[in-house]
Amino acid sequence: MSLNRLQITWRAAQDITDGQVVNLGIGLPVHCSDYLRPEMDVILQSENGVIGVGPLAAKDKADADLVDAGSRRITLRPGASIVDSSWSFAMIRGGHIDVTILGAFEVAANGDLANWDMRVPNRGPLVGGAMDLAASARHVWVIMEHTTRKGGPRLLEKCALPLTAVRCVSRVYTDLAVVDITPQGFLVREMVDGMSRDELQAKSGAPLSFAADCKALTAPPIALPE
Amino acid sequence: MDKVVSAAEAVADIPDGASLAVGGFGLCGIPSTLIAALLARGATDLRVVSNNCGVDGWGLGLLLEAGRITRMTSSYVGENKEFARQYLAGELEVELTPQGTLAERLRAGGAGIPAFYTPVGFGTELAAGKEVRRFGDRDFVLEHAISGDLALVRADVADRTGNLVFHYAQMNFGPVMATAAKLAVAEVREISDEPLPHGRVQLPGVYVDRVVAVS
Repeated sequence: MSLNRLQITWRAAQDITDGQVVNLGIGLPVHCSDYLRPEMDVILQSENGVIGVGPLAAKDKADADLVDAGSRRITLRPGASIVDSSWSFAMIRGGHIDVTILGAFEVAANGDLANWDMRVPNRGPLVGGAMDLAASARHVWVIMEHTTRKGGPRLLEKCALPLTAVRCVSRVYTDLAVVDITPQGFLVREMVDGMSRDELQAKSGAPLSFAADCKALTAPPIALPE
Repeated sequence: MDKVVSAAEAVADIPDGASLAVGGFGLCGIPSTLIAALLARGATDLRVVSNNCGVDGWGLGLLLEAGRITRMTSSYVGENKEFARQYLAGELEVELTPQGTLAERLRAGGAGIPAFYTPVGFGTELAAGKEVRRFGDRDFVLEHAISGDLALVRADVADRTGNLVFHYAQMNFGPVMATAAKLAVAEVREISDEPLPHGRVQLPGVYVDRVVAVS
């Protein structure tokens, strides 16, 4: 059974480890913070300068100036600090972010990422901080549906859409699989039950290899909001 | 030196064709009173540097809808429908730049650095035509500093000499915009008649020329 969008974020969140500094991209990736175990000591960095993002603010305590990069009203974690944009991005570019989790349209077998311009009419490009994060974080993980709405592959030999950064992605979480980018290309670490390797390959646009210890990709039930 | 003026006075001498550096990220830290004053003043043919361009009907979106902006340097077109429409229709010249590169270009502009190499954007369309140089085992793109005629920023509290304190994440692009411009105007929630304690000042008044209180 395939994972829904929030289950994908849950799965990605399981790989965040204690002590890491993590930047979650706007859109789906920010939901990863909902699935961090509370006892974990993880510092969430938001590109607008908040170092130590806490849980979302209760409506009556929300402050319009205390927001994350997705303009969600947040709280601060104890020990948080706030810096300006140039410092925030110096922190990102300077290699001080252990992991960034980003949404994507396409990922290539060499780790190239395309996630800022869908080249569709009536929608402007969304580069924002994506290029900075993709080029600079120590580990770049991607969350995306395995295929497009029309069923086309998003894991490709070469991205068709404009690139965000070259050779940057190390791991991809989809509704069907967890896939590492290795020097030999895509390596499937986990795959949902009930799907054959041939079926997963048919939904991918580049050769897949499968880890010797390839596991079942599972997640607890999580309802999508209405 | 007392820098407190009205919003209208603060933008009275801004000519057509001015280059503007405007603070804010999303809906946070937007100098909306100063933008409205600039709209009322009628300045046009503006070249604006700002991370995004407000939203439809608010912030820089107002200047955009009134056709006052001819060029935008931004990282994010996104959800502002009028920005996207003018950009995609070719009515507005847009220079798209990665957000951190934008912040650093402004910082450089205010810090006497004409250009710098960054790893960000290498191998992408946004680096097309730019000088690339290899340092160690990585490729870097040459990016040029940005400076402007006028900065508009929003802060929380100012004293009369222009020292600024920001509220939470309101700071974002405010400091780099102010430092990169020849003349910087801050709108603030509150003006303190007493000098702000040094430990609280987040942007020294050296960078701030005019201060406007907003109700």
